[in-house]
Order: sequence, then structure tokens, then C-alpha cells
Amino acid sequence: MYLAVILFALGLIGLLTRRNLIFTLMSVEVMLNASGLAFVAGSYQWGRPDGQVMFLFILAMAAAEVSVGLALFLQYHRRAPALDSDHASEMKG
Amino acid sequence: MRSLLWMIPAFPFASAAVLALFGSRFSHRLAAFLGTASVGLSSLVAGFMAVAFLSSTPVNGGWVQSLWTWMSVGDFRPEIAFYYDQVALIMTLVITFVGFLIHLYSVEYMRDDEGFPRFFAYMNLFVAAMLVLVLASNLLVLYVGWEGVGLCSFLLIGFWYRDPTNVRAANKAFLVTRVGDTAFAIGLFLLATQLRTLDIQEIMRRGTGEWAAGSGIAIAAAALLLGGAVGKSAQLPLQTWLPDAMAGPTPTSALIHAATMVTAGVYLIARLNALFVLAPPVQFTVALIGAGTMLMAAFSAMAQHDIKRVLAYSTMSQIGYMFMALGLGAWSAALFHFMTHAFFKALLFLAAGVVIQAMHHEQDMFRMGGLRSKLPLAFWSFVVGGSALAGLPLITAGFFSKDLILWQAWAGPNGNGGFWIAGLLGATLTSFYTYRLILLVFFGAEKAEVSYKPGVLVSIPLLTLCVLSVLGGYVDTPPDFGGTPVFSNFLNPVLPALKEMRVGPITEGRTALCASAAFAIGFGFAYILYAPWRSRVRREDPLLRLWQTGWAVDWLYDRLFVIPFQWVVQRSTSDVADALYTGIAGLIDQAATALRASQNGRVRWYATGVAAGFVVLFGIVLFVR
Amino acid sequence: MLIAFYMSAAVAVLATMVAITRRHAIHALLYLIVSLLAVAVVFYIIGAPFLAAMELIIYAGAIMVLFLFVVMMLNIGENATEVESLWLKPQVWAWPSGLATFLVIELMYVAFHSARPSGQMHVTTPKEIGIALFGPYALGVELASFLLMSGLVGAYHVGRRASREEEQYSAGTDGRRVVSGSNLVRAGSDRTSHAA
Repeated sequence: MYLAVILFALGLIGLLTRRNLIFTLMSVEVMLNASGLAFVAGSYQWGRPDGQVMFLFILAMAAAEVSVGLALFLQYHRRAPALDSDHASEMKG
Repeated sequence: MRSLLWMIPAFPFASAAVLALFGSRFSHRLAAFLGTASVGLSSLVAGFMAVAFLSSTPVNGGWVQSLWTWMSVGDFRPEIAFYYDQVALIMTLVITFVGFLIHLYSVEYMRDDEGFPRFFAYMNLFVAAMLVLVLASNLLVLYVGWEGVGLCSFLLIGFWYRDPTNVRAANKAFLVTRVGDTAFAIGLFLLATQLRTLDIQEIMRRGTGEWAAGSGIAIAAAALLLGGAVGKSAQLPLQTWLPDAMAGPTPTSALIHAATMVTAGVYLIARLNALFVLAPPVQFTVALIGAGTMLMAAFSAMAQHDIKRVLAYSTMSQIGYMFMALGLGAWSAALFHFMTHAFFKALLFLAAGVVIQAMHHEQDMFRMGGLRSKLPLAFWSFVVGGSALAGLPLITAGFFSKDLILWQAWAGPNGNGGFWIAGLLGATLTSFYTYRLILLVFFGAEKAEVSYKPGVLVSIPLLTLCVLSVLGGYVDTPPDFGGTPVFSNFLNPVLPALKEMRVGPITEGRTALCASAAFAIGFGFAYILYAPWRSRVRREDPLLRLWQTGWAVDWLYDRLFVIPFQWVVQRSTSDVADALYTGIAGLIDQAATALRASQNGRVRWYATGVAAGFVVLFGIVLFVR
Repeated sequence: MLIAFYMSAAVAVLATMVAITRRHAIHALLYLIVSLLAVAVVFYIIGAPFLAAMELIIYAGAIMVLFLFVVMMLNIGENATEVESLWLKPQVWAWPSGLATFLVIELMYVAFHSARPSGQMHVTTPKEIGIALFGPYALGVELASFLLMSGLVGAYHVGRRASREEEQYSAGTDGRRVVSGSNLVRAGSDRTSHAA
């Protein structure tokens, strides 16, 4: 369980720090993985298979999300000069 | 018959309402017909009323017609009621009849004006308000009429509102009379609370019953009412608006600023004469104000070069005569002069309108000349009217009325040699400036092309008023000249006549001779200075300048009141209260700016926010609970 | 057993730490794959062999590969690596690390106070998972399939290169918007900031 926590935190750090969008997405993957690990660890702790089933769902969700995210990423790359998440700050103010 | 009393103001009021609402859709003929006919009907009813009154004069008090109770608040129950007695009879007849003639004149005079229906609406409203004023049975209704005439004066002076000068003149008139109106209102409050009534006859009865002559409260009430009268009648110190009011159309000047509104003050004092008798110092002040204004205005009139301003100052001066008469206790003399003044001043203004029209709206007398042959009707109107104003002996109405005042000034119980001398001096000056005007305008070399023939609707009023200016005086002739004091006797029940004190070698006949001498002197000087063969050059010397600006009162008031007021306003545009509100607004603005910085559109920043928030909340849940 | 767990845990943490600090995108992804492998081992150790296999096949095998393909396709080049070094100064790590540390402390606290694992370790067979999926979690399965379907369609639509007409149609607004900043949005925001 502690491992999950640590990994999650690392993923969070990565998310907050990196400006390049690829790394942002990657950090999100890390966080998802970590939370899945937490689920499985919970399932191990309480001896029930539910956590593992949850992990499968998480996996499926991660797959969908990655594909859509990368597609958006492709679009953004076509239109923007740089892959900078700070550049995409038009909704400011 | 008395139940028709309400119709007298009702006709013009209804006509004004209709014209105001629908006037723009009427043709000029319809508007003219409506406007004039309403006043005509009103004058017919007034005439019938007068006849009925004369044939069955009530012994004490007049006819009262109460329409309804305006409001009922505790003990305060004012009614909308009209009161008709001898004074009201005179006033209504003059107002409606002269008003009718002026409306008739206006139909032709204002023919080309695009605001034609609006003009008649305002004029009718004015006549209605004035009638309400003179027929009022209590001071509240009178005040309604008072305000109404003030309003209409404002509307009519600024009739051609697109020119800012006119608007300023209208504002000035309204503001200056407002000062007087405020004094009047305070006086009303005083009377209402002290005497517990606003009915005029009641006030006079209770006042004489409860207040001692010369008591502080009587003086206060009378002084406040005097303040109101002074404002409306353009006497010192509130006289500055009248010359500027000439910016309005000439029929307006004729009706409002010659015959009726400016005499509202005179009417007020005459109506509440008992109150003024109770306050001798105030009554004396009335006479002083009257004499002072009379002389001041007469001097000013001598130095004017605008034809209408001469007439305006002349009006101011003649009302000064009336005030002087009131101050001396000669109530009926004042009303007599009012009547004759209405006739000849309206005549003069209307004739001036003809001249102005002919000169294509040129009003500077020094640019006119030799119009005698081109405008005969205007010329003779001016001669008749001007002579009445100046007091041509025996054949003009003005002579008799002015003479009556002068006689009372000499011989009355409050009479005073000083006032008599002032009156004579005034008469001389009046004669001077009148004939100066006539000589400048109608004699001498022609300076401009004139090709204007006044039509029927203009000529009829002029001729009628000429006749009245001559014949109107014969209702009250002094003993030496016929002895028919019909007028004074008629008004005696309401306006007590004065007892003559100083009977002696100087009889009324002799004073009349003195008045005639004054007239001749004035005429002589005018002729010498402005005779046809002399060149007419406008003289610019400092004394004349002083007189021309009306003794520089405008300049004085500007320094005394306007500039300090503006200074105060300037200082208080950004004072503490403003700072408070601006401060609050500024604070909110700053807070908003600060908060706005948190919306920078960056994903990482928002994610940080989410994480931080989660950390904090989680911490609270875990550790604080 | 325990040693294996700790070793793979250490590998996972280390690999993730390295992964998020790389400048080069491909390197980071590869490290991430290592991390995922380590986590799969952890899954196996704690009695979820099926999940370990799933993690390897789907997560490391499909998702990461997708990532890699896209990154390689974009062909970002040297430029991006230099830019990354510009962006990743040490002080950038300060705040997020602090925040994450707090989070770790809190979550550790929670984990510490929760139940201890029972001594018996139960290895979950695929059969059990299958029964669970078709039983109580059948609805979840359907929803997951919805999700995957929408993901598929969305990814296809969002990611495709627009046809010529579409590009001309949207070129005016979109292109200008992103490159120079939309006059509408940016102008408005500028105005409000000046109004203060």
C-alpha cells in the first residue's frame, strides 16, 4: 500500500512539473497505475477479489483515455507551434 | 349662476389639456380655434357672472363655490373652492377679456411657427392657472394657481427652446420666482399652523381677531407673503428675471409679463389686505419696495435700446406704482392702476410685436426709424398706449389711475410727501422713456425696409385695447374732473377706502396738475433729445451703462450668490461621502484583479490547485476532526 | 517472498523517479515500461497473477507502445530535448515535491491506520475473476465496453487529419487563434486586466 502511495505521489510530481504534454500524459499513466496498485493491494489486504476486478476496469479506462488523449495531442501538435502546456492558456483571465 | 363659477377656469384648462395631448395632430386652424374659443367662452361666462353679481350683490362676503375636498388629514381639510367677490370680478374680467384679445392676436402672429398648438396649450394653461389663482377661496388653491402660472411662464419664455439663451432666460425666471415661492410657502405653513385655516376670508377674520397689530407673528407672516409677491411681480430684490423674460414670444410678454402674472403679487397683497394692516412695518416695506423699484426701473428703461426691454422695465416700474399704492393702503387705487395698466401695456406689447414682425425680428430701436407712415396702426397704438402709460392728462386711462395713486400718496393716512415726490419723479421718467421710444421708432429717417401689413386678427385686438386705454379710466375720476369714483365705491366692501387726512390747499385737482406737469416735462426732454431732426446715436457713457444693465443687479447677484454656490458645489464633488463609495468600488476592483490572477489558463497550475486543495482538506479531515 | 517484493518495489520507485526526470521523451517512456514491469512482479507476489499478466499485456504492451509510436511519429527532434532542459530547472521541482510530500504523509497516515493484511494469502485465479466479472460486475463490463467504444470513435475522429475543405474552412479561425491568440478571447482578457 505504501508503494502505491509513493508511486502516486511521484506521478503527481511529474504532472505538476513537466510542461511538455507528452510527459503530462505519461505522469497521468503513472498515477493511474499507482491507484490500480492501491486497489490490488487493498484486495490483498482484505482477501477479496473485488479490487482486482476494479483494476481491470481501470485498465480498460486507461486504455481509452490514452487513445483519446493522444489523438487530442496529435491535433494540438498540428496547430500549435510547441508542445507546451503553458502555451495553451487561452482560457485565462 | 354662481354654480357656473368653476367653468371660468375650466374652459381654458380643458382646452390646454386637449391641445397638449392631441395638438400636434390638429391643423393650425383647429388649434387656434380651440385655444381662442376657450378663453372667449371663459370671458363670456365671466361677463355673465359679473352681471349676475352686480344685480344681486351679496351683503357680506362673496359667492363661494366649493367643488370637493382635496384631502382629509386629521384636522386639515382643504377644499377646492372658488370665491367670487368684487375683486374677483374685476380680475376675471380683465384676465379673460385681455387674454382673449391676445389669443386672437396670437393666431396671426404665431401663424408661421411650428409649435403653434403647443403655444396655445401653454397659453390656455396659463390663463386657467391665473384664473384659479384669482378665484381661489383658500390659500392652497391660490398656491396651485401660483405655481401654475410660474410653470407656464417658464414654458412660454423658453418656448423656442432650441436656442440656449431662451432656455437660460426661462431658467432664470423660474429660479428667481422660486425664491419668492419658497417664502410664500413658508408663510402658508405659518398661517396654517397658527390660524388653523387656509381659507382667505377666515384668515383675515381670525388674524384680526387673534393677532395684535404689529405683533411678531403677523409681521413674519406678512413678510413671507411679501417675499412671494415680490418674486412673482418682479420687484426688488427679485426683479432680475423680467427683462430676460422678453426672450419669449411677444404675445406671451403681453399676457404674462404685462397684464397678468406679474400682477399676481399685487392681487395677493390686495386680497390679504387685513393681514398687511396688522403688520405696519411690512406694509411700509411694501411701499418702499414699490417706490424703489419704480424709480430704479424707470431709470433703467431710459437707457435701453431693445424695444421689448423698455417695455419690460416699464412694467416693473408700473407695478412698483401698484406696490406703492398697496403700501400706502390704497387698495382700490392699486387695482385700478392694474386694470388700466393691463389695457395699455398689453396694447404696447402687441404693437411692439407688429413692429418687430415688420422689422424682421430686429428689436434694437436705434436701427428703427420713420415707421410712422409704414405702420400706421402700430404707430397710433403706440401713441395711445404710450400716452396712457405716461399719463397724458384727461384723455387716457393711465392718467386717472396714476393720479389716484399720487393723490393717495399725498393725502392718505399713511401718505408721505416722500412717496408723492417719488411718484412724480417716476411719472416724469415714464413720460420721458415712453416718448423716447416712440420718437426713435416712428419718427426720423427710415433705416430699414418695411413691407408688412398687419391682418385683421392683429388689428382688432389693437383697436379694442386702444379704446379701452382711453375709456377705461373714466370709471374712477377725481372730484374735480367729473367725480365718478365708481370703481372705488364698487370695491369698497372688500377693499376699504382710505380716509383722507391732509385736506387743505392741495386738493386732488392740484396734484393732478402736478402730475400733468410731470408728464409735460418728460415729454419735453424726450423731444429735445430724440427729435426727428437729430441724429440718433447710441450714447455709451458709464451712467447709461449702469442703468442699461438694470443697475448692475445681475452682476451683483452673480458675485453674491452664484459664484459662492458654484464654489461650494465644486468643493463637494469629491468629498468624504464620495470617497467612501469610490473607495468601496476601488476595493472591490482590486480584489477582483487579485482573484483574476488565479485564472491563468495553465493546466499545471490548476492541477496544483486541485492537489493542494485535496491535501488541505484531507489534512483537515484526518487531523483536525 | 518478502525480499522479492521489496526489490521490485524499489525498482518500481526508482524507475518512476528516473522516468519523470528525463529530458528525452523516449527515454522516459522506456523507464516507465520498466516501472510497469516491476509493478507487474509486485502483482504476482501479492497473489494476482492474472492481473500481472493483464498489466504486462495491456498496460506495458499496448498503452505504452501506443505512446511510443505517437512520440516517434511526431518526430519532435533535438529541439524538444533542449527546451526540456530549459524548463526543468531545480526550482521547478520545489513546490510540487513539497505538495506531494504532504500528500504522502497524509496517505501514509491513513494506510497506517487501516487494517493489517490477514496472514493467509489468497491467490486469485482467473476463474474467480471471470465469475466475478460475469456475476456482480456484469454491468461494469458493459459500461467498460461503452467506454472503449467511445474512446475508439473519439480517438479516430479527433485524431484524423482533416480533409482539404475542412482545413480551409477552419484555417481562418483555428490557425490564427492558436498561433497569434484569438482576438476575441485575448482582447477581452487584456481589456479586463487594464480595467483594473
